[in-house]
Amino acid sequence: MKTTVISESSNGALHPVTAQLVGAASPLGGQITVICPGGVGSSDAAHISGVSKVISVEGDCFETYDCLAWSKSLSPLVEGDLILSSSSAIGRELISSIAASKGIPVVQDVISLTDGFSATRTIYSGKAIEEVSISPPCAISLRANSFESAGEGGSAETTTVDVSQEVSVAVKRALARASERLDVSEADIIISGGRGMGDPANFSHLNEVADVLGAAVGASRAAVDTWDEIPHSMQVGQTGKTVTPNLYIAVGISGAIQHLAGMRSSKFILAINKDPEAPIFGVADYGIVSTWEDALPVLKDHLAELMSN
Amino acid sequence: MGVAVLLKQVPDTTAKIGISGGRVDESSITKWSISPYDEYALENAIKLKESGHGDVVAITCGPARAAKCLTEAAAVGADRLIHILTESSLDSIQVQSLLSAAVKESGCDVVMCGKQAADTNSGSTGPGLASSLGFSCVGGVTGVSMEGDVASATRLGPSGLEEVEVGVPCVFTFDKGDTELRRPNVRGIMMAKKKPIDSLTPDDLGVDASNSKVSIKSHSSPPKKQPGQKFVGSESVPEVVNKLREEANVI
Repeated sequence: MKTTVISESSNGALHPVTAQLVGAASPLGGQITVICPGGVGSSDAAHISGVSKVISVEGDCFETYDCLAWSKSLSPLVEGDLILSSSSAIGRELISSIAASKGIPVVQDVISLTDGFSATRTIYSGKAIEEVSISPPCAISLRANSFESAGEGGSAETTTVDVSQEVSVAVKRALARASERLDVSEADIIISGGRGMGDPANFSHLNEVADVLGAAVGASRAAVDTWDEIPHSMQVGQTGKTVTPNLYIAVGISGAIQHLAGMRSSKFILAINKDPEAPIFGVADYGIVSTWEDALPVLKDHLAELMSN
Repeated sequence: MGVAVLLKQVPDTTAKIGISGGRVDESSITKWSISPYDEYALENAIKLKESGHGDVVAITCGPARAAKCLTEAAAVGADRLIHILTESSLDSIQVQSLLSAAVKESGCDVVMCGKQAADTNSGSTGPGLASSLGFSCVGGVTGVSMEGDVASATRLGPSGLEEVEVGVPCVFTFDKGDTELRRPNVRGIMMAKKKPIDSLTPDDLGVDASNSKVSIKSHSSPPKKQPGQKFVGSESVPEVVNKLREEANVI
């Protein structure tokens, strides 16, 4: 058994999901190689427990993201029965491209793995669960926070490979910086607002609670479709992001089936809605029947008090 | 020249997904639609055609019912319709081989599709197809314009919203942007009904659609949640906050 893990990076450092990918591969046994595109985080990757080898792939093509150029650079270095990546936007694209170049199947956004080749994933954004068995060699992307991280304490041998690859996608200009806020797909706690917030400016009240908790702010499809100020990147649900945080707080969200699909597997759900009949209460662990205007200031104050203790 | 747009027919996102005998019960699905992100690809493909980049070739892969999404595409301006008829569940390599053969046959140098389908939520097709065709790939774009052989696209990249340039041939996968989707008019709908569909089998395209490397073992419904605790009024907030820490252990 040989597994190749394609590492994930963010802001020039190794992303913690990389240790989760190694953690998912470790029980399968055999050799685990971690490949670091652009060499980002390769020394941290070498310290992940269970890693046998790190390949730091360096070259000019890694300065900006070009799916085909990255995939062509990495693909010759990828070997084994199983290729793993994160199911982030770039993780999915890269592993699809690498799998296609090798003529092997890819299965995306897996939440549990047994014997390497039997995988569980959600379909219809969480309305159903699918179990598949895959003939190796194969490629699988894993959902963040679904697998235990491998610990530290490894000391894998690192080799550096220099690649030269033609880049076809040129970044001309930045139109808007990435939000400083945590993305909903990466957060342990999410607070989301719906059309019940009344006005996009009122999302500032959600931001305040999010700041206390270190949470990401999300939104329902109705809110994203109604207000231009609420970007699609915040949308939770089918045609948005499927999330599984430890705590999901839904405020002024009635709970349309598309929204429930994307958040119902959160470990814990708190719903605040003025309508006691709102479907969101059907999936909530705790429901508070109240307007957001009344509930959010109290919520913020009590959370702040609790978090400072 | 020409834009190939890949459309997948999926259960409408408002549909309930029922399970029967360990499989999704398709007979319980009353409404099938073009996968939402693919609709943005279609809209942008038609915009590109209007700016002079050749015809729009709409391609779908799926059972007989999927022909409907080609007719819908024709109603808003697709020029040629290709239906790759498949019945069984296919793995990513099979899907990409079929689509790749159809795109090659179409002669198109720009391919557009959604960033992922609303049923499998995978997102493998665009980048995988690009890799097997040797086309460039730009994912998660919200708009594309062309000048000669160079396309300019807006994408949400790792460092934010950015404008990128890429030469053709290229595959673009679409995210939901602020592009308004056009509605077909009556004339469009009438013309679309008469538009012929080229139906092709995997054999016609020289692809083996048997022996998928990924086999579905079972489908199931997500576990039902126990009924939660309900509180009334903002005066209950302090109690709930305490419970989040003491009972739920999540903060």
